[in-house]
Amino acid sequence: MEYFVQQLINGLTLGSIYGLIAIGYTMVYGIIGMVNFAHGDVFMVSAFIALIFYLLLSFVLGIGTLALALLLVLVLGMALTALWSWAIERIAYRPLAGSFRLAPLISAIGMSIFLSNFVQVVQGPRNKPVPPMLNEVITLPIGEGDVTLSMKQILIFVLTAVLLAAFWAVVQKTRLGRAQRACEQDRKMAALIGIDVNQTVSMTFVIGGALAAVAGLMFMIYYGVVSFTDGFVPGIKGFTAAVLGGIGSLPGAVLGGILIGLIETLWSAYFSIDYKDVAAFSILAITLIFMPSGILGRPDVEKV
Amino acid sequence: MGAGSKGALPPQAVSMREAMKSAAAWALVVLGLSFPIIALRTVQDFSNRIVLEPRPWLVAGLVLATFVGRLLWGLGKYPGQASALPFLRFDFSVTGGSWLPKAGLAALIFFPIVALALAGQSGAIKWIDNFGVQILIYVMLAWGLNIVVGLAGLLDLGYVAFYAVGAYTYAILATYVIPATVPVLGPWAFWICLPIAGMLAALWGIILGFPVLRLRGDYLAIVTLAFGEIIRLVLINWVALTNGNAGIQTPRITFFGLPFTTRGTETTFTDVFGLPGSPTVHRSIFLYYVILGLALLVAFVTLRMRRLPVGRAWEALREDEIACRSLGVNTVNTKLTAFAMGALFGGLAGAFFSARQGFINPRSFEFLESATILAIVVLGGMGSLVGVAIAAIAIIGGIELLRELDWLKSIFGSDFDPGQYRMLIFGLAMVLMMVWRPRGLIAARHPSIVLNEAPAISDDHVREGRG
Repeated sequence: MEYFVQQLINGLTLGSIYGLIAIGYTMVYGIIGMVNFAHGDVFMVSAFIALIFYLLLSFVLGIGTLALALLLVLVLGMALTALWSWAIERIAYRPLAGSFRLAPLISAIGMSIFLSNFVQVVQGPRNKPVPPMLNEVITLPIGEGDVTLSMKQILIFVLTAVLLAAFWAVVQKTRLGRAQRACEQDRKMAALIGIDVNQTVSMTFVIGGALAAVAGLMFMIYYGVVSFTDGFVPGIKGFTAAVLGGIGSLPGAVLGGILIGLIETLWSAYFSIDYKDVAAFSILAITLIFMPSGILGRPDVEKV
Repeated sequence: MGAGSKGALPPQAVSMREAMKSAAAWALVVLGLSFPIIALRTVQDFSNRIVLEPRPWLVAGLVLATFVGRLLWGLGKYPGQASALPFLRFDFSVTGGSWLPKAGLAALIFFPIVALALAGQSGAIKWIDNFGVQILIYVMLAWGLNIVVGLAGLLDLGYVAFYAVGAYTYAILATYVIPATVPVLGPWAFWICLPIAGMLAALWGIILGFPVLRLRGDYLAIVTLAFGEIIRLVLINWVALTNGNAGIQTPRITFFGLPFTTRGTETTFTDVFGLPGSPTVHRSIFLYYVILGLALLVAFVTLRMRRLPVGRAWEALREDEIACRSLGVNTVNTKLTAFAMGALFGGLAGAFFSARQGFINPRSFEFLESATILAIVVLGGMGSLVGVAIAAIAIIGGIELLRELDWLKSIFGSDFDPGQYRMLIFGLAMVLMMVWRPRGLIAARHPSIVLNEAPAISDDHVREGRG
């Protein structure tokens, strides 16, 4: 029992990270209908940015309080990752708007290869161990044993919940959110009624990048090591989460992320840790084959 | 600036302010992009603690280069005129020339002889093996994938899975199964395994293709990617069968039973034919012609298939799936044949690769391979055999040439490793290629079948009341 609850907590932590990545995929897919393959690598870049800022702030500039350091890392990381995401859209995707449908996907694959090799060149190929932090644990007696909940996990839950609430408010209440939803429904019509579609798409990439930066910071804190190859697999899992929840649906992305996190953790705990990525990829294939519109997605009506 | 000189200034001087502003904005963006990730390098010190190593000059240089570059670009541009580098407007569409395939074929056939004559025994191996064989493997893979992507219009991001199936079929059969059951056939292993590898890969193509082929474009791409990764992960983790990451040592190719060796008791290729030169060179040349033959087989089958009903159906499917269905084309079976055909050739190429390398492990079958093959097909214009071959030579030849850049060390110091920039340049080239020519080098896609005469009904007829 306590083992199961422990795995549940671990799975939810992982799921929060995947959910934040999944939002980036699902928003972009909703608006411009492309799989932003480079999003996983934007996440990896953000983990590096977070690591460098963390080292800079706490060891070079000597900011003593961890909370302040992490807050600054979060804000700076979100801003700079958003800039990366914005620049990628301008360079690699916008010139291809209106091109044949596979062109942006191939461009995105090229961008993904570029980003991971760029980080390898500028930061070196070795794994980067992060100085340990937030290792205090809270022990809760459940069943016959104890379940531990670390400070890291609490931070991840709280941060995810706060940011999702803020993000939800942006999409539902602001002018930008309305423009995004309008573009999602019909881009041509949105342009006709005076919405700047290009700017809305840019802002979508900016928001996606900022949320990926949050995921990147959490990933760095949680795993304690980052490497230039860390973009590919979490990226695919984030995409799987988006598909599972129903691509285009924001609550679906979070739900999908949590489900993928839980499935992966429970699979590793009860079956085989070697095949945990196989499990995630299989879920992707099975969902697409049997339930292509996902859990919360709208069914895709084919127009003839 | 005096009032008199104003009129004499060329028109671009008007946009100086604009150009400065734009250049400053670009420089700022580059500063933001490069600030933490380039400016501070994370390195482990002696106690394995991670420390930061500042590199401000690199960032300053980048920002300055961006500013100057953008300023010059902006100034060279007349106000209101779209900027374009005129030399990029070159038209590559070599469409009509029927001489190109023939000349290319002749060049391919005589390449090893020319290489031998020019570079001598020891120098020729590099050209025949590293360039010739390597490029031809990718030509074959790209032609195979071209059936799936170029003809049938199905985006397959997991093509390397079939390559892996072929390679491991050869490795397992030739290394373990044949020596254990019928050792007499040992020298013939490659020729026995080749068709089996192709058939197994095609079977996998059908098994994987059947459930996923009703998905639309980008979903299909992602599912095939997932399958490619699943097969790779199984190859890594199923140690009992594949020996995991440690890989399998495979027997080398033989000349229809005669090995290319100097030592040993059996009759070798050199003994029988008595040709001058070392067995390694003979093997390289033999490998070259084997892969050339296999690649030409793919080309031949592709050309023939395009004339069969199923080939016509592939191309129709690529252009409009709904129209196809309304005309009674069985879309699932049509897609499945394309998928299986592509997988078959991927499997043959895999078996060849395995026999050529003499050693395989799952690292040869990463997603990057699929992306490379796809990049070749897309750059080649999706559907054009000549275009795909040219693209394979450009991309694989380019990647191999980047390996040869060791002389750059003398300029940038011994720490500079040009090899690590290989994939960086490759990724960037993929993006630029898409932005510059999204339809590939040879953009023309000729339909296999056209109606030569326009239908008899035109505007005039309708007006005259004959329609």
